[in-house]
Amino acid sequence: MSEPAVDDFVQLLTPDGERVQHPEFDFAGSDDEIAGYLREMVLARRFDSEATALQRKGELGLWPPALGQEAAQVGSVNATRLPDHVFPSYREHAVALHLGVDPVEMLGTFRGTAMVPWDTAAMGLHLYSFVIGTQTLHATGYAMGLQRDGLVGNPEPADNGAVIVYFGDGATSQGDVNEAFIFAASYTAPVVFFCQNNQYAISEPIALQSKIPLYRRASGFGFPGVRVDGNDVLAVQAVTASAMQRARRGEGPTLVEAYTYRMGAHTTSDDPTKYRSRDETDAWRARDPISRVQTYLLSAGAIDQAWLDALDAESEELAVRVREGCLALREPKLEEFFEHTVIDPGEVLLEQRDEYLEYEAGFADEGEPVPSETHERVQEAL
Amino acid sequence: MPTMTLAKALNAGLRRALEADPKVLLAGEDIGKLGGVFRITEHLQRDFGPDRVIDSPLAESGILGTAIGLALRGYRPVVEIQFDGFVYPAYDQIVSQLSRFYFRSHGRLKMPVVVRIPYGGGIGAIEHHSESPEAYFAHTPGLKVVTCSNPVDGYWMMQQAIASNNPIIFFEPKRRYHEKGEVDTEAEPMPLFQARVVKPGDDLTLITYGPMVRTCVEAAIAAGEEGHDIEVVDLRSLSPLDMATVTESVTKTGRAIVVHEAAMTLGMGAEIAARLQQDCFYSLQAPVLRVTGYDIPYPPSRVESSFLPDLDRVLDAVDRSMAF
Repeated sequence: MSEPAVDDFVQLLTPDGERVQHPEFDFAGSDDEIAGYLREMVLARRFDSEATALQRKGELGLWPPALGQEAAQVGSVNATRLPDHVFPSYREHAVALHLGVDPVEMLGTFRGTAMVPWDTAAMGLHLYSFVIGTQTLHATGYAMGLQRDGLVGNPEPADNGAVIVYFGDGATSQGDVNEAFIFAASYTAPVVFFCQNNQYAISEPIALQSKIPLYRRASGFGFPGVRVDGNDVLAVQAVTASAMQRARRGEGPTLVEAYTYRMGAHTTSDDPTKYRSRDETDAWRARDPISRVQTYLLSAGAIDQAWLDALDAESEELAVRVREGCLALREPKLEEFFEHTVIDPGEVLLEQRDEYLEYEAGFADEGEPVPSETHERVQEAL
Repeated sequence: MPTMTLAKALNAGLRRALEADPKVLLAGEDIGKLGGVFRITEHLQRDFGPDRVIDSPLAESGILGTAIGLALRGYRPVVEIQFDGFVYPAYDQIVSQLSRFYFRSHGRLKMPVVVRIPYGGGIGAIEHHSESPEAYFAHTPGLKVVTCSNPVDGYWMMQQAIASNNPIIFFEPKRRYHEKGEVDTEAEPMPLFQARVVKPGDDLTLITYGPMVRTCVEAAIAAGEEGHDIEVVDLRSLSPLDMATVTESVTKTGRAIVVHEAAMTLGMGAEIAARLQQDCFYSLQAPVLRVTGYDIPYPPSRVESSFLPDLDRVLDAVDRSMAF
């Protein structure tokens, strides 16, 4: 692990919980707001650990943990407001919670009861995207739409909007991300490219994706890039807010590289012990995004132990709701998915659906398991 | 009634769509100032401005991906892929993204995007400029795939495709761009996803689309001189397939030949033949035959006339079917 020099990224709150100055960026919010960020990060981490546990119990097919990336997500999404729009990849659980996505509903995607269940128009959060980097182009196109809708560069700042799109360090090697940089630069599109550099694309370290710090890539495309301590929620908020304001003013895209660490596995199917050391993980644990905020707020007298106890209780309530809600998620029926493939499906697809329904109806009174001796004969034949 | 080439009809259809709905946008490489390498978008940037007729950076995935974003914002992008063989860099954005937003969002998000692709051979081009990739897209759930064969369809189908809320791959037979026809710009057009009986007949059905429609009509007329009464069906829509029209025709004639430029294996002909043996089994007087491009990459242009189905190859298949 190569730890960047302190002056290589923007930091406003040290791992020890000490607030520091930066010549260019300043966090202007109150301690109450910081306490709000702490609450969001703690709840997101509890949700994340509950989802991981649900996968371990076999209740989810897969879960991509966001452990360690709470500050990057909470800080950045707190730099957005309507009419901004947010395009996630698939690990932005804290972003989703902030925007009002029901955590139970979200689990449907990973339990296999739904595709992407939330109402993107109501949430301002677009669909989770699983093909790496594709969403950066969607975000750029959406930003081009904001331009055409007259929502960029107006004299009254509240009238302006911008787009933020999340992706990881691995995605920066994708053609789509590089094409998105080009389109956004050429059209001065109001989009902030928010890269969570969590050091790994599954097992592959960042050195395999880039020979230079990622934020410096932006200059080659003709727009600014900033590296921020991704475990410092105040710095992330300040840097992202500045980039969003720039985009809303009509000055074009910015690349924000949030330098962070994926404390957990890539997904619950991954085994990080095969490709990174305990020493490395321990070093990053000392730079935890949550503990430094708690330390700061306690020392500033903005919160006390009673406040933390109440947050702990709220977290446990969330965990119970997520656990029970997950098990109660409605099981879908295959025929529903024929309806959502195309608008006005042709006769061929409708025939297939009807044949399926008729076939299924033939088993209405049955449901007998395959006799065990059949299994044995199949096993032999194979 | 004005007479126009297919190219002009497509241009007129695009122009009318731009006039009808301010949310319609055009994007693609060289489509603005130049009017497209085939001039299908000629003068549209001049008349509708660079915000609505957008010259794109040279990146097909970027063109598709940003079109998806514009559609999410409520626009109706019509994008041009300059040549058939250049669509593959955009393949993921079409097949994994564009086609699935409606499905992935449980029907909440519509994708009114038209992807225009000049396709097919016969123009003496170098490689990657003469391909027929329609089956890749017809095989993809969530997409609609259509193709015009004449100026009337070029004019109307383009407007209908743009007005549809589905993602539509719109194949334009580039070798037919300069063929002329009368276009009634006031008549009620036929539905977009419906096949058309171009020439009626009782003895055999030629099922085809796009650039091969003219070839098949020529073959049908030539066969008529030999006493064979051939029906020609222009599919127009490759997904969904209007099998009702095809089945009705083949039930009547008892003989069917599918004709396309694309390679034979798992092409449109394979699907149609499978459907016909299932739906017209007792009406068939002969096996369903296919006259197609061979299963090789598109060859150098000096031999493309041997590669492409033509009048003689279609007539040869007609003879084999009739003799069965």
